[in-house]
Amino acid sequence: MAIVKKLVLDVLKPHQPNVLEFARTIASASNKCRVRVTVLEVDENTETIQVVVEGGSIDFEAIQSSISELGGSLHSIDEVEVQGKGQDSQGP
Amino acid sequence: MNLLDQVKFLLGITRSSDIVRRYFVVNGFDGALTMLGLIIGFLVSGASDLRVVINVCLGAAIALGMSGLSSAYVSEAAERRRALGKLEEAMITSLQDSAHGEAARGVPLLIALVNGLAPLAISLSILLPLFLDQTGLPLPIPPLYAAIVVALLIIFLLGVFLGRISGVSWLRSGIQTLLVAIVTATLIYVFTANSE
Repeated sequence: MAIVKKLVLDVLKPHQPNVLEFARTIASASNKCRVRVTVLEVDENTETIQVVVEGGSIDFEAIQSSISELGGSLHSIDEVEVQGKGQDSQGP
Repeated sequence: MNLLDQVKFLLGITRSSDIVRRYFVVNGFDGALTMLGLIIGFLVSGASDLRVVINVCLGAAIALGMSGLSSAYVSEAAERRRALGKLEEAMITSLQDSAHGEAARGVPLLIALVNGLAPLAISLSILLPLFLDQTGLPLPIPPLYAAIVVALLIIFLLGVFLGRISGVSWLRSGIQTLLVAIVTATLIYVFTANSE
């Protein structure tokens, strides 16, 4: 089974919890992964953010569940990097 | 996440921490002034039966607690439902299963508890000298006077608390609230003493 190494997600979320809390919760749901959140647009009640998750093995369902629990809505998966079984994870 | 962290988180996302603090002070102050007024009224009337004083004050304290609990719950639940509805409209999705939905259900309950328990707990603290006297414990001053001292001390401490959160002098803030209590006590004394 292929391992997900990187995800770039487009998410709509309420202002609260803020991006720091949001990133922390996603990071705790995805073991040993690096999470980067960028605010793309701010509206009256919501903000659009880009969530970049990189790591050894990303559990997409856990991340999606965290986003929903925090009141966020996953709009699109903009970029994916997966590694097939048997491929060298360190690269050339 | 433990219960305290969960409460902090829910208060944070609904930005309700200041509301809880405000309700605690406002209704706590209500409880303290009501007990002060009742006790001064009993003193002026020359009430000798302490059981009557305790029952009347306890009745008022319970009523204040229930009033605070129910009024805050009804109003806050309506406010939170409205806020959640607006947010769901903006998100174009249901947030009932999210932290926002949980906050809309839990935060009114928490605010109601604070609003109800603050006057009840403060009233019971003021009545403590009366309870102690009933158990036969000797007090350095008569129990009604001791209750007045406790009431004034609690009112002063509420002022100190307000001073600390607003960043002004705690002493000045404490004296301000104490002055309110003294003016209240004077008014009660003047009106009840003249009506005899």
